[in-house]
Amino acid sequence: MFGNLSRNDWLLIAGFTVLVLAAPIWLAPLGAGYPAIMEKFCIFAIFAIGFNILFGLTGYLSFGHAAFLGVGSYAGVWMFKLFSMNVVLSTVFALICAGLFALIIGYISLRRSGIYFSILTLAFAQMMYNVAYSVLTPITNGETGLQLELSDPRYLDNALGASQSIGLPRTSFFGIDISGGGMPGFYFCAVILIICFYLSIRIFRSPFGMMLRAIKSNQTRMKYTGFNPKPYLLAAFVISGLYAGLAGALMVATDPLAGAERMQWTASGEVVLMTILGGVGTLVGPVIGATLIKYFENIFSAFNENILNATFDFLPEGLRHFAVEFSALFVGEGWFLTLGLVFMIVVIFLPGGIMEGIARIRALFSKKKTQDDAAEGSVVAAE
Amino acid sequence: MDALLLQLLNGLDKGGAYALIALGLTLVFGTLGVVNFAHGALFMMGAFCAVVFDRLLNVETVTIDETQTTPWGTPMEIREPYIQSLLGDFGAFLVDYSVPISIILAIPIMLIIGVIMERGLIRHFYSRPHADQILVTFGLAIVLQEIIKHFFGANPIPQAAPDVVNGSADIGAMLGLDGIIAYPWWRLIYFVFSLLCIAAVFAFLQFTTYGMVVRAGMRDRETVGLLGIDIEKRFTVVFGIAAVVAGLAGVMYTPILPPDYHMGMDFLVLSFVVVVVGGMGSLGGAVLAGFLLGILQSFASMTEVKSIFPGIDQIIIYLVAVLILLTLPRGLMGRRGVMED
Repeated sequence: MFGNLSRNDWLLIAGFTVLVLAAPIWLAPLGAGYPAIMEKFCIFAIFAIGFNILFGLTGYLSFGHAAFLGVGSYAGVWMFKLFSMNVVLSTVFALICAGLFALIIGYISLRRSGIYFSILTLAFAQMMYNVAYSVLTPITNGETGLQLELSDPRYLDNALGASQSIGLPRTSFFGIDISGGGMPGFYFCAVILIICFYLSIRIFRSPFGMMLRAIKSNQTRMKYTGFNPKPYLLAAFVISGLYAGLAGALMVATDPLAGAERMQWTASGEVVLMTILGGVGTLVGPVIGATLIKYFENIFSAFNENILNATFDFLPEGLRHFAVEFSALFVGEGWFLTLGLVFMIVVIFLPGGIMEGIARIRALFSKKKTQDDAAEGSVVAAE
Repeated sequence: MDALLLQLLNGLDKGGAYALIALGLTLVFGTLGVVNFAHGALFMMGAFCAVVFDRLLNVETVTIDETQTTPWGTPMEIREPYIQSLLGDFGAFLVDYSVPISIILAIPIMLIIGVIMERGLIRHFYSRPHADQILVTFGLAIVLQEIIKHFFGANPIPQAAPDVVNGSADIGAMLGLDGIIAYPWWRLIYFVFSLLCIAAVFAFLQFTTYGMVVRAGMRDRETVGLLGIDIEKRFTVVFGIAAVVAGLAGVMYTPILPPDYHMGMDFLVLSFVVVVVGGMGSLGGAVLAGFLLGILQSFASMTEVKSIFPGIDQIIIYLVAVLILLTLPRGLMGRRGVMED
């Protein structure tokens, strides 16, 4: 199933690994060098990588992927509550649950394609969101969100006689503290991100990935060559559902609280946005998109009127007032407006996302170079 | 029996809103071939037209009446809408009827918004894949919604129906039944209003030459273009009409549901489901499915039903949509050859 990777791919993986592991160093000057935000980068990067396997390779636009993230979160918290604070157990259970849901929803939704597929996934996700908010309150704790309590049984931990701490217990990876915003939490997410990235490269380069691309380019022709696209599609759907579930599990591993709002369809829209912004169907695009969006969300949301006033201090009074009023539209509470605008601009002008932008700039330079070379050549010839 | 009738009635006004939004969505999809995720935002903006009009009418003047005093001993301040002091009884009438009157304001505004949207953005997406159309209109919906949120805040803004129709009608007496079935007047008005709007759109398409050309364009736009008709211009108008219909649905819905910035998104998802159930590109299907799902939802929220299937009222629409899509891929009244990839 897995194809061999070329030297360039290994270089990419190595570079990616170094960049991710060294993130605390190079993100620090950018003001994002602390674990909580870097964990977020990793988690959403995993989510986007998984989404990209479905949307980028097959072209099937799912508008309900946040549902799997939610399932993973709830499953994870329940494992913490019932058995053990060890994140391995919760992650495995989250993967199983998300995978099962993806299998069922995928099996039904994939019977249609195009816009119908989008709406079916949207319908399922909304259904799950509504149910999580209302009927399933005993399981999901409704609006408050599912959280740890002191009275949780934690059978496994108690049976093994784990040390009783004061206050709520922390999630751990065989004794290493994961939650609470420490560096171990970030490195845990980072290692998983690197593994996920590696797996996604393998999928991209494998015959299986080729099949998925074939589905995107021409499904009819693929059928005529004797391949049934359905199993491949379902496999891709489940894999991306698993990635989403994993992201959900990591979310609760670093902060053991699961709420229904992360299943809402705007959350599904956000991961679409990340993937598009970075570059659909590219390897590193989704990671870049996820990181950028979470980074700017963090910065933009923190802005308030005082900071704005300080920023535009150099302007004369009237102009400053105007500038502050105008930019207040886009920052703080108005962050989503910026997000929507960026989204529109990217889709309109740069459908391939940032990766396409980089490729275009590179092409521009190389073209210039070849032209220069040609010009030099003609000069030489003239001499 | 009465309970069933009441639920049926309860479903009608919501169904009316679904039908109106879904009608616009289908119209745009059938003519322009564009999947418009910003259509819910148009509904929301219509509702905010009513809010703006109401605020304009309620600009107050403060006069200080020296003859009266407040309990604190200061002269009484009398606040009165400016329009009322200017126009007297007619002003008071305007303030009272602000919601229905704002229809007059909403029609040109929504038309302009629709035309700008089509000319400025949607036009460039005709030949792009459906995924791109969904994404760009999704972005637009976020932008519109956030702008409204910036200016009007995040809280719902209640709007009052005119005093005359504030109470409830006794449907039972109207239909000659024994029991009393109390039903808010405004919901009844909304239902009638939605029927009128739907009838107007259908009449426009069916009985005018303009509408005939549009219908021809829905079938085969290339041939219509070859006949020397500027079909693009007509489609711009169609988009404007769809925006107006969504806007009017929003204006009239304000007394039922206080508008807030995300009401468009809430209705949009449901309207999409309605369109799919009715059949992509089928106007009749959209209307039928709108009312059907509205009524179904209302029946599902009966306590008797909920005690058997808890939470069914939350998911019934989606459940029906999934079932319909799997059994009737084209929806209830979908046409052959429309979006059958």
